[in-house]
Amino acid sequence: MWASLASHLAYHVTTVINSVCVCVCVCVCVCVCVCVCVCVCVYRKIELYEMGWSLRDGLKECLVAAAPYGGPIALLRQPQRPSSSARPQLEIYSSSGANMASFPWKSGPVRQLGWTVCDDLLCIQEDGTVLIYDLFGAFKRHFSMGNEVVQNQVLEAKVFHSPYGTGVAIVTGASRFTLATNIDDLKLRRLPEVPGLQGAPSCWVVLTQDRQTKVLLANGVDLYILDNTSCTPVVRQTQTTYSLLCLIILALSPLTVCVFQTPPGLSPQACSIVNMAVSFSYKYLALFTDSGHLWMGSANLKDKLSEVDTKVRTPPKQMVWCRRPKSQQPSVVIMWDRLLLVAGECTDTIQYTLDEESVCVAELDGVRIIGGSRHELLQEVPSACQDIFKIASMAPGALLLEAHKEYEKSSQKADEYLREIKEQSVLGEAVRQCVEAAGYEHEPETQKTLLRAASFGKCFLSNYPPEPFVSMCRDLKVLNSVREYTVGIPLTHTQYKQMTVQVLIDRLVYRKLYPLAIEICRYLKTPEYQGVSRVLKHWACCKVQQKEEPDESIAHAVSVKLGEAAGISYSEIAARAYECGRTELAIKLLEFEPRSGEQVPLLLKMKRSQLALSKAIESGDTDLVYTVVTYLKNEMNRGDFFMTLRNQPVALSLYRQFCKHQEQDTLKDLFNQDDDHQELGNFYVKASYKEKKLEARLSLLQSAVDEYNKAKNEFAAKATEEEMKLLRFQRRLDEEKGEALLGLSLQETLHALLTSNFHKQAEQLYRDFRVPDKRYWWLKLTALAEKDDWEEMEKFAKSKKSPIGYLPFVEVCVKQHNKYEAKKYVSKVTPEQKVKAHLAIGDLEGAAEAAIERRSEGEISTVLSRCSPTTDRALLERLNRARSTAAKK
Amino acid sequence: MAHSVRRDAPELPDFSLLKRLARDQLIYLLEQLPGRKDLFIEADLMSPLDRIANVTTLKQHDVDKLYKVEHKPIVSTSDQMVRGCFLYPLTNWFLFPDVVNADKYYVILSVYFDISYSYFDVTTDEWSFYLLPLDDDIISLELPEFFRDYFLEGDQRWVRTAGSALHLLHSVYGPFSKVYGIGRCSKMAYESWREQVEEGEQRARQAEIGNVFLIDRDVDLVTPLCSQVVYEGLVDDIFRIKCGCVEFCPDVTSSDKSIKVMLNSQDKVFNEIRNEHFSQVFGFLSQKARNLQTAYDKRSGMNIKQMKTFVSEELKGLKQEHRLLSLHIGASESMMKKKTKQDFQELLKTEHSLLEGFEIRECISYIEEHINRQVSMVESMRLLCLLSLTENGLLPKDYRSLKAQFLQSYGIEHLLTFSNLKQLGLLVEQQPGETLTVMESRVGKLVNDKTAGKLTDAFSSLAKKSNFRALGRRLNLVPKSDEEYDLRVPRDMAYIFSGAYIPLSCKLIEQVLERDGWTGLEEVTRMLNGHEFAVTAGSNGSDARVKTDSQRIILVMFLGGCTFSEISALRFLGREKGIKFIVVTTAITNSARLLESMLDNHA
Repeated sequence: MWASLASHLAYHVTTVINSVCVCVCVCVCVCVCVCVCVCVCVYRKIELYEMGWSLRDGLKECLVAAAPYGGPIALLRQPQRPSSSARPQLEIYSSSGANMASFPWKSGPVRQLGWTVCDDLLCIQEDGTVLIYDLFGAFKRHFSMGNEVVQNQVLEAKVFHSPYGTGVAIVTGASRFTLATNIDDLKLRRLPEVPGLQGAPSCWVVLTQDRQTKVLLANGVDLYILDNTSCTPVVRQTQTTYSLLCLIILALSPLTVCVFQTPPGLSPQACSIVNMAVSFSYKYLALFTDSGHLWMGSANLKDKLSEVDTKVRTPPKQMVWCRRPKSQQPSVVIMWDRLLLVAGECTDTIQYTLDEESVCVAELDGVRIIGGSRHELLQEVPSACQDIFKIASMAPGALLLEAHKEYEKSSQKADEYLREIKEQSVLGEAVRQCVEAAGYEHEPETQKTLLRAASFGKCFLSNYPPEPFVSMCRDLKVLNSVREYTVGIPLTHTQYKQMTVQVLIDRLVYRKLYPLAIEICRYLKTPEYQGVSRVLKHWACCKVQQKEEPDESIAHAVSVKLGEAAGISYSEIAARAYECGRTELAIKLLEFEPRSGEQVPLLLKMKRSQLALSKAIESGDTDLVYTVVTYLKNEMNRGDFFMTLRNQPVALSLYRQFCKHQEQDTLKDLFNQDDDHQELGNFYVKASYKEKKLEARLSLLQSAVDEYNKAKNEFAAKATEEEMKLLRFQRRLDEEKGEALLGLSLQETLHALLTSNFHKQAEQLYRDFRVPDKRYWWLKLTALAEKDDWEEMEKFAKSKKSPIGYLPFVEVCVKQHNKYEAKKYVSKVTPEQKVKAHLAIGDLEGAAEAAIERRSEGEISTVLSRCSPTTDRALLERLNRARSTAAKK
Repeated sequence: MAHSVRRDAPELPDFSLLKRLARDQLIYLLEQLPGRKDLFIEADLMSPLDRIANVTTLKQHDVDKLYKVEHKPIVSTSDQMVRGCFLYPLTNWFLFPDVVNADKYYVILSVYFDISYSYFDVTTDEWSFYLLPLDDDIISLELPEFFRDYFLEGDQRWVRTAGSALHLLHSVYGPFSKVYGIGRCSKMAYESWREQVEEGEQRARQAEIGNVFLIDRDVDLVTPLCSQVVYEGLVDDIFRIKCGCVEFCPDVTSSDKSIKVMLNSQDKVFNEIRNEHFSQVFGFLSQKARNLQTAYDKRSGMNIKQMKTFVSEELKGLKQEHRLLSLHIGASESMMKKKTKQDFQELLKTEHSLLEGFEIRECISYIEEHINRQVSMVESMRLLCLLSLTENGLLPKDYRSLKAQFLQSYGIEHLLTFSNLKQLGLLVEQQPGETLTVMESRVGKLVNDKTAGKLTDAFSSLAKKSNFRALGRRLNLVPKSDEEYDLRVPRDMAYIFSGAYIPLSCKLIEQVLERDGWTGLEEVTRMLNGHEFAVTAGSNGSDARVKTDSQRIILVMFLGGCTFSEISALRFLGREKGIKFIVVTTAITNSARLLESMLDNHA
């Protein structure tokens, strides 16, 4: 087997194996870089760093957590002899093993360590408390995973990452799972019980699927999926009888059909699942059974990728996925005490022996293996590298590399190679391959060789776009600088593209590598907002924490450095200063803040509420004003609060709006304070409508009258008094006659009285309230007409001279379709309205007479317009004649 | 020579983009709660939501059912868990003391709990939806409360929203090159917008909208108080158009159920009559009906092949047109019934006399009769306000007696309404000495402008007043009444009020655009209480000189609402000048809505 593999070995060969004419390029670090292949996939192990730490016992007896994307490593070393005096030691290192922090652990026993996406260290204690430290071991905050955990203790915990941020999952002594999907926005979800589970499950993972976080767990032979609402058993079709049973269950409960899922094709020998791993992207799942079988498939348990018999029956220490994006090959790295095994699609596996205690860290495109003395990267060799460096490769990239090498040697062979590429017209492809491969290489020398070859090839192409080459050069420069031993972030190009420059800058800032971060921003020409300014802000936040320097010099230093940078939020820096107890410095810094709105929250915190209010108003943001007002309301005594508002009309009107909706009584106090009697009166009137009881209503109205009097608004006072009078009158009448009048307006009351024949009472109201004659006549008229009480109407018409004339009588009658009655009043109508009256009852001739008599041109025209072809010719002629004479005048 | 040749009006920018933006964000927020869920929304939000994302769209994104939010326990379809999103307008911002950020308009609460409330999870998100395109050239902020909140209560919380709306338009269709405005609120909205522009990033791009005009509603309160006689306005007055959609009652549809109809430029028939004076509409409709008949009649002489093409190509369009036509004819008939009565003619006559300032005594007695006979309360109030606005307040005697009669007619609670109207300056009492203003304007003609200015200053300090008469004369708002006005061929914007009055707001816009600023209008702005501004927002002035297409697209923003009549007037103005107006308004208003917002009786 070894021999067959040897033919596939790529680019670790020192001597040139010459076949046909291809020279295989030579790699620099021969000893550390070993490539092995499984089936069609080639793997390589690159040494990233020789660790700078000096650990006495390697990683033995340590709780280790290493963050992905070349993040930091945390170690919690248990003391040799457990005694009360000996404390465990917590140490934080960079990926290259440079010490960043080290301190004795003084809190409770720790179950699990983990890193957040912002490079904070999470220490999950047995009692469910999670402590958060920054990279340099400074305590930030803590939270708890629930009260019940204190009693039951955390058995196991996992830290996981999802699009929502960093999450924590625990399983307690009571075998219950609790999840928090995002520790920055803590919401604990207690998952349903798992049937038959005692203690911790044999193994479990956290999955993020369809925006939901689930737990997949194995308890012996059984697999379960736990989500927010339910615990779904995964049925394994190991035996036919089992399937039969399944069918019966299905038949009995058709509703549950959809919930049954199975890992397809998990062979019958597979019994108990002892370990499982989910891939970096949560797309794939690997299960390891106690029979030594490894099952690989999709995380939704729908498809199987492959199954491998590892022939090792001991449960592995660690199992992680090792696959690069877009690669079709599934592969899992399994680690035992002394053995590292790469299992892929076919039954062959690659084995490495481990000479020291190690930890595997899953990455986007590989696995990092951290040992006591070495830090290595195991990954599938990218196809571009394979093509170029494979022995006897005829790929365009390989030819181009060779051509360039000959060119360097001033050999004419260069031309031959070039011709060969050009004949196949794959020069573009060759350049692309070389550029791509350069990205995957870790050694700057190899990168340079490849890039030079690419640049050489580019010369012979007329319209090859320069962007890929240029941006690759830039990226590599950045990557090489952060891979530097002192920085210690061993990012691959794929990871770098995935994590983006912004995040990389953030990571540098967390490590307080401000100059490098700024250099990178400038080099990549990142917009100031996201780049230099952001770094400077962090720098300033860090600067203000330096206790030994005086306020003056810090403020000066900050303003000088930040002066020209755009988009700096001084308020954030000031807030940090305030947090460190440097109020004076905070105020000094706030003065630099150009946006007044930004200053408000901090000013409030520092109890400069008056200033905060005026700044909030200045900003024009009413929400901010409202925030300050609510704050002031709780902070100040009432009198002072009102006085403050009085000087700020914007805030006052906002607060009034609030009171109108929420606190009517406060509104009253507010008006009282201002001696605003008019508004107080209005307030009482409004309140009276909400009051059902008449007595209370009257007393409210009386208060309104008093206030109106104080406001010298006689009209309103009188109107309110009359309303009270009316209310009393209505009540009396309601009691006496059983009419439902209460609450009607004067007019409505009158109308109601008139239609119910209470003429006497109506008369009384009419006199008492000095209702204008016109109104009263109109009212009575319509009321009578509505009742068809024509007799009474006639009497009414004759009672005295009508103040509204008699045309309304005619119109009202016509409206009630009583022309006969209408005619009675036509004669009484004034000459000016005669025409109208006649027309209203449809008496054309009468109208004509009246119009001609009055010799009014307009009126004659009106009459004419109403004439139809059927009207009397003579009448028409008369009208026309009359009009012309009227017009002559 | 001086005037450039009138060109065809440029194309309007595509505002459906705004809808798409809002919809995409809503869907994104809904998807934050994965799986099937119900959507609970406030009743007021139903129609705007329907314009953005209809039920089908929502269903596609896992919304099971739509519920109106009511204050009672929720019963969901699933028996155990309630999972749903609540959509609240931030108008009820008191409900969310922690999420106050009125810049964003709606709050989505994703709620997730079981019926026993043992498990509860609430997350809040904000849906920034504040611009609803009602038509090709109308965008509404759907903030009917703006008018009362700002002008009456002095609550400035919507100003920023207006600024943000402007900012959104600017970033999508801008950059604007010139901004004109008048009014305090306009100025604040403008400043808020500028602030946001400075905070954000700037991109250089082809502008689709050139100039912006901001105007406060209280600059011109007369126009919205006049009866509308343009078709669209009239439909709004009578049937109330809601979110560009009107519900025609059974007597219009001549069937037994009412029909909801979208009124916008998609409706071919409506599009042709919306801006017409009502008296012209019938003629147009009957002409249209005749055309339709001829189109139908074509069938008789056809052979089979022609018939086939007719059916496949024309018939559907004709049918559609037919349906719309019969609807609008029904609507017109119904309006005719209501409006051609004697009362309406007299009402219009009174209004016109008020605008012209003739026979004020008769008008007052007409109003008195109106009140005494208890014709509609809002109508009476409208006439009172119109009287006060045009006459610079009522004489103390009239003020008292009319108020007393009004209270007797419609109830004492209107005491509060009157206090509101007074505060807003809609209905005020003449202060002694105010009659001087009439004198002053006469004096103004005699002495030079400077002294007149000083005089005006002195007088304007006396009281807040409308100065309607003086404005009318200066801007020539009221055409001479002795000439016959041909409504078929309107010659100016006055046609929207039967030739009796050119809306002040539109006239101001015309004047400012013509003069490219406020120069020469100093006296006018003084009478309007100032706060005018004209700012070149673009980077360099020489660019603005170039009359590109975008320069002839003008965005007019009404803070406090505008009426359909004003929109019609602007469309007319646009046609005359070869420009296009886009109207952005806090809400579509009319006299009834305006006055109802002043009522204070929560009884």
